[in-house]
Amino acid sequence: MAKNKEILRGADIFCRALKDEGVKHLFGYPGGAVLHIYDALYKQDAVEHILVRHEQGATHAADGYARATGKPGVVLVTSGPGATNAVTGIATAYLDSIPLVVFTGQVPRAMIGNDAFQEVDSIGITRPCVKHNFLVKDVKDLATTIKKAFYIATSGRPGPVVVDIPKDVTADSCEYEYPKTVVMPSYKPVLKGHPGQIKKAADLILAAKKPMIYSGGGVILGESSKELREFTKLLGYPITNTLMGLGAYKATDKQFVGMLGMHGTYEANMAMHQCDVLIAIGVRFDDRVTGDLEKFCPNAKIIHIDVDPSSIAKNVPVDVPIVGDVKHVLKDLIGLLKADIKNLDKKVIKPWWKQIDEWRAIDCLKFDRTTDVIKPQYVIEKLWELTKGDAYVTSDVGQHQMWAAQFYKFDKPRRWINSGGLGTMGFGIPAAMGVKMAFPDETVACISGEASLVMCIQELSTCLQYNTGIKILSLNNRYMGMVRQWQEFFYDKRYSHSYMEALPDFVKMAESYGHVGMRIEKTSDVEGAIKEALALKDRTVLMDFVTDQTENVYPMIGAGKGHHEMHLSTDIKRELA
Amino acid sequence: MRHIISLLMDNEAGALSRVAGLFSARAFNIESLTVAPTEDPDVSRMTVVTNGSDAIVEQIMKQLNKLIDVIKVVDLNDTRHIERELMLIKVSTKKAARDEVRCLVDIFRGRIIDVTENTYTVEMTGTCDKLDAFIEALDHDLILEVVRSGVSGISRGDKPIQS
Ligand SMILES: Cc1ncc(C[n+]2csc(CCOP(=O)(O)OP(=O)(O)O)c2C)c(N)n1
Repeated sequence: MAKNKEILRGADIFCRALKDEGVKHLFGYPGGAVLHIYDALYKQDAVEHILVRHEQGATHAADGYARATGKPGVVLVTSGPGATNAVTGIATAYLDSIPLVVFTGQVPRAMIGNDAFQEVDSIGITRPCVKHNFLVKDVKDLATTIKKAFYIATSGRPGPVVVDIPKDVTADSCEYEYPKTVVMPSYKPVLKGHPGQIKKAADLILAAKKPMIYSGGGVILGESSKELREFTKLLGYPITNTLMGLGAYKATDKQFVGMLGMHGTYEANMAMHQCDVLIAIGVRFDDRVTGDLEKFCPNAKIIHIDVDPSSIAKNVPVDVPIVGDVKHVLKDLIGLLKADIKNLDKKVIKPWWKQIDEWRAIDCLKFDRTTDVIKPQYVIEKLWELTKGDAYVTSDVGQHQMWAAQFYKFDKPRRWINSGGLGTMGFGIPAAMGVKMAFPDETVACISGEASLVMCIQELSTCLQYNTGIKILSLNNRYMGMVRQWQEFFYDKRYSHSYMEALPDFVKMAESYGHVGMRIEKTSDVEGAIKEALALKDRTVLMDFVTDQTENVYPMIGAGKGHHEMHLSTDIKRELA
Repeated sequence: MRHIISLLMDNEAGALSRVAGLFSARAFNIESLTVAPTEDPDVSRMTVVTNGSDAIVEQIMKQLNKLIDVIKVVDLNDTRHIERELMLIKVSTKKAARDEVRCLVDIFRGRIIDVTENTYTVEMTGTCDKLDAFIEALDHDLILEVVRSGVSGISRGDKPIQS
C-alpha cells in the first residue's frame, strides 16, 4: 500500500505547490475569485506575498525579479479586471522571453461563459501573449498544472505562463503530491546543437577577415555570459550587444563596440554593415536592431545560434543555422575552435580593427559638457561612476532608456532591466521594486522620464510598505522626449500632444508617499544629489532632474534606413564636415 | 504555393483556437482547416491548407511546432500524399433536366443522397480541384447550397505520421 497522502483544499494545494517549487516571493492583489487562496496564504509563511497597488505593477515586479535572478517571477491576481490589468505585464514578459507564472482567479466552473460578475475569458485574452496557458478544471490537476507551468515558463526559450483557476476548484479537496518532474510528449526543448552545423560555423568563423559578434538577450536568459566572454576573447573579434543583451559582455572591454541598432553606436552599426562573417548569438533580428532588411549586412555570411527554431531565418536568411541552447552550443564551438586556434592568424583582422577604431574615434555619443543645463547623458554617466558600474538599473521607455543603455556601461549580465520588445512605459518602478526584493542589499536604480514615471507611480506605496529602497532618477524634460524627437525629425516639428503640461510637484509627490524627493536643476548639483540619494541606503528617493528639453538621442537610424545611414548629432556632423 | 500541413495535437479544449489564433495573429493564410480526434482519443489530427512562399511556410511550420499542445507537424507537400475533401451540395432540379444533373454526378463519381421534388442533394469526395470542377460544370443558377469539409490529407506508403 502506498502511504497515505495528505488531503488538501485547492487553495492550500496552491500554497504548498509554490513552496515545493521553491517560490519565495509572490506578487499579487486580492479579489473575489482568489479569496480562498488569500485565506490559505494568510495561514502559511513559506511564500512571502507582496501586495502591489495595481496588477500591472505585480507583473512588472515579478518580471524585474525574474530578469535579475534568472528565477521565474510569480504573480497572483483575481478574475476579470485583475486579469486584464495584468495583461500589459504579461505581454511585456512575453516579448522579452521572461519566465513568469501568472495565476489568475476565475469565476466558479458552473458560471464560466455566463457573463458572470468579474468574468473575462482570461485564457482567450492572454493566449496571444503567453508561452502557454491552462484552465484548471479539476482540483486533481492543480498540482501537476502548476508544475507544468513552471517547467514551461523556465525551459527552452522562456516565457510567461498563465494558470487560470476557477474559485470552486480552490475550495475542492484532493490528495496532494507535488510531482518531481513532468513529462510532456509534445514539449521537448532542444539543448545540443547539430555537430555538423557547429563545425561549419567554426570553419567560417576562423576564415573571417571582418568578423562581427552580435549577441542578445538569449545569452543572458541562457546563463552563458561566461561562455560568450571566453568565445570572444579566444578569437579577439569585435562584439556588439543588443539592448536586451547588454551586460552579457563587459561593456568596458576593448573588444566591445557598444550597442547596435536604431540608437546603437556608430562603430557597432558600421561594423555590422561591413562585416564579412556575422556571428549572431541568442538574438532575434528585431526590426529596431536590423534597420531596413534590404540593406542589412550586405556582405556577410551569417551564423545564427538560437534555442528557438522559429527565430532562425524569420527576418533574415541565414547561412549556418544552429538550433540549440546557447550555452551548450557555445561550449561545443569553443571546443572546436580551441583545437583549431593555431590556424587563426590574428594579423588578418588587424586592418578590420584599425577601421573600427577609426569609427570609434568619431565619438558618436559625445555631448555638450560645458552647459549648466543638465544634460541627461551626464546624469547617467554620473550614476555609473558613483555606483562603480555595479548597480541594478531598470528603466522605463523613451529617450532616457536609450541614454541609460548607451551611458551606463554594464559589465555584468542581469544588471540592465528594461522592456525592450514591448516598450512598456510604467515598467521601471515596479521592476526596480522586484529586483530590490530579490537583492535587498544591492543598489537598485530606476532611470525614468516624467511621462513614464507616472504610469505605475502607485507602486511607491508598495515600496514604502515593504521598505524597498530604490533610487529613481527621472530625467524630466517636460516632453515625451522620444515622441518629441520623432516629431522634430519626421513631422516638421509639429509637437502634437507630446508636451507634458500640468506636471505634479514630484518632490511633494515622493514625500506624500513617504519617500524622499529631490529636485535638481543645475549640472553642478547632479553629483551631490546622486551621492546623497545613494547614501540614504534604505530609503526610496525620487530625483527629479530638470534636463535639457531639446536633447536628442544620437546616433539614430530612421525608418527604412540601413546601419550605415545614421543621423549623428549636429556637433559631430560639423566636425566631420 | 499551396501547402497541406498535417498536425497532431493534444485533444484539449482550446488547442484549436491556439492554432487558429496563431494564423490570424501572424497574418498567415488559411484556406481550410479540419480537425477531429484520432484513434487515440487524447490526440486530434488537423489538416490546414495554406498558401505562402517557402519562407512563410517554413515560419508556419516552426510556429506550429512551438505550440505546446502540438505534438507533430508535417508538411505533406514534402512527401507523396493523398488529399480528399467531402462536399455536400444541394442542386435545384426545377429548371434543368434531372437526368442531366444525374449524369454529371455519375461522371464525377458522386452520389445522390437525398431527393425531393425540386432538388437533389449530392455527396462527392475528391481533391479540391475535382470539387471545384464539379461546381464549374453545374449551371451556377442551379446551386442552392454548398457545404465543404475542407481538405484532409495523409501520406502515401507504409509510414504513418505518429505521435
Ligand atoms: C504604455 C505606452 N504608451 C505609449 C508609448 C509610446 N511612447 C514611447 S516613448 C514615449 C515618451 C516617453 O516619455 P518620457 O517617459 O518622459 O521619456 P523621455 O522620452 O522624455 O525620456 C511614449 C509616449 C509607450 N512606449 N508605452
